[in-house]
Amino acid sequence: MNATAPVSTSAPVVSGPDRDALVQYLIRLGDDALILSHRLAEWCAKAPELEEDLALTNIALDLVGQTRSFYTYAGELEGKGRTEDDIAFLREERDYRNVLLVEQPNEDFAHAMARQFLFDAMSLPFFEALSNSKDPTVAGIAQKAVKEVRYHLRHAAEWVIRLGDGTEESHRRMQAAIDELWPYTGELFAMDDIDRRMVALGIGVDLESLREPWSRTVDEVLSEATLTRPADGWMQSGGRSGRHSEYMGYILAELQYMQRAYPNMKW
Amino acid sequence: MSDRNSENTGLSRKEWPLYEVFVRSRNGLSHKHVGSVHAPDPEMALINARDAYTRRGEGVSIWVVPSAAIVASDPADKESFFEPLAEKIYRHPTFYEIPEEVKNI
Repeated sequence: MNATAPVSTSAPVVSGPDRDALVQYLIRLGDDALILSHRLAEWCAKAPELEEDLALTNIALDLVGQTRSFYTYAGELEGKGRTEDDIAFLREERDYRNVLLVEQPNEDFAHAMARQFLFDAMSLPFFEALSNSKDPTVAGIAQKAVKEVRYHLRHAAEWVIRLGDGTEESHRRMQAAIDELWPYTGELFAMDDIDRRMVALGIGVDLESLREPWSRTVDEVLSEATLTRPADGWMQSGGRSGRHSEYMGYILAELQYMQRAYPNMKW
Repeated sequence: MSDRNSENTGLSRKEWPLYEVFVRSRNGLSHKHVGSVHAPDPEMALINARDAYTRRGEGVSIWVVPSAAIVASDPADKESFFEPLAEKIYRHPTFYEIPEEVKNI
């Protein structure tokens, strides 16, 4: 993270406990983008085709950009001098608040595209709504992200359709990926105190309101892909309160290695 | 992956066809050939071309064309095709002063 991150353009609209909640809100949005971006970056030089290699790392870089904006603003609001790098690299596992979906392993290309699709189908309406945030900095970050995520969703949806409606093997793999990741989709819409406070302040998004557009996108794409929508059963949760799946430690070990081994290193 | 299925979908790696990519760098200019991409179908070719060739803000419009659809001149025809033109200098637009305000010529 060597380039200059975008800084806020105006004074924060909140203070006190509201501000603390906004800092947490920004960090969890940054965490979603950072961890998903790390999973995508794992494909670098290993994607099935050169063209896909470029596409996946492009998307990963868009997500890193979103991460930087959220962390930088969180650090400014918090006022303790934490930089985007401090927030990205120097926290413990429990302090990361990303949803469990984004940390699920790549397994195969079908899993990676299914994970991306299920997340982006929520992320697009989320950022569209967040574009109207009463906090001008948050709205600005969201307006930029909408354009990026619209493309990410298109890319992932095209692959869900092609693999689902492809060969016997690609169909089997994509259906397996959707089935395995489905229990992680409930957490995308779970509201907690921070979400409710952000909605009340007009800064954040009512996640419940995203279920319907998400569901519509998922149904359209799965049906075109000749895939079966899994039944809603028991849903996994915990990421938003820092309780992660077994994969998270490995992700952070790789992500944080350089800053842990060589503190304050820059390159 | 059976042969029958590969034929149906074009998803088998060795069967991904090649597409030539043309990018219009800004309005008013024509699309220019920038390279090629492999893709399973035209829609994915457009997406791949976007990622490979417009990452740094190079374009406002992309065309992709199946490489197989291009009809190319034969290098053996070079003499008859191109060399006679070199002597007809009156056809070359070198006798005009181009006003400074005229861009993109």
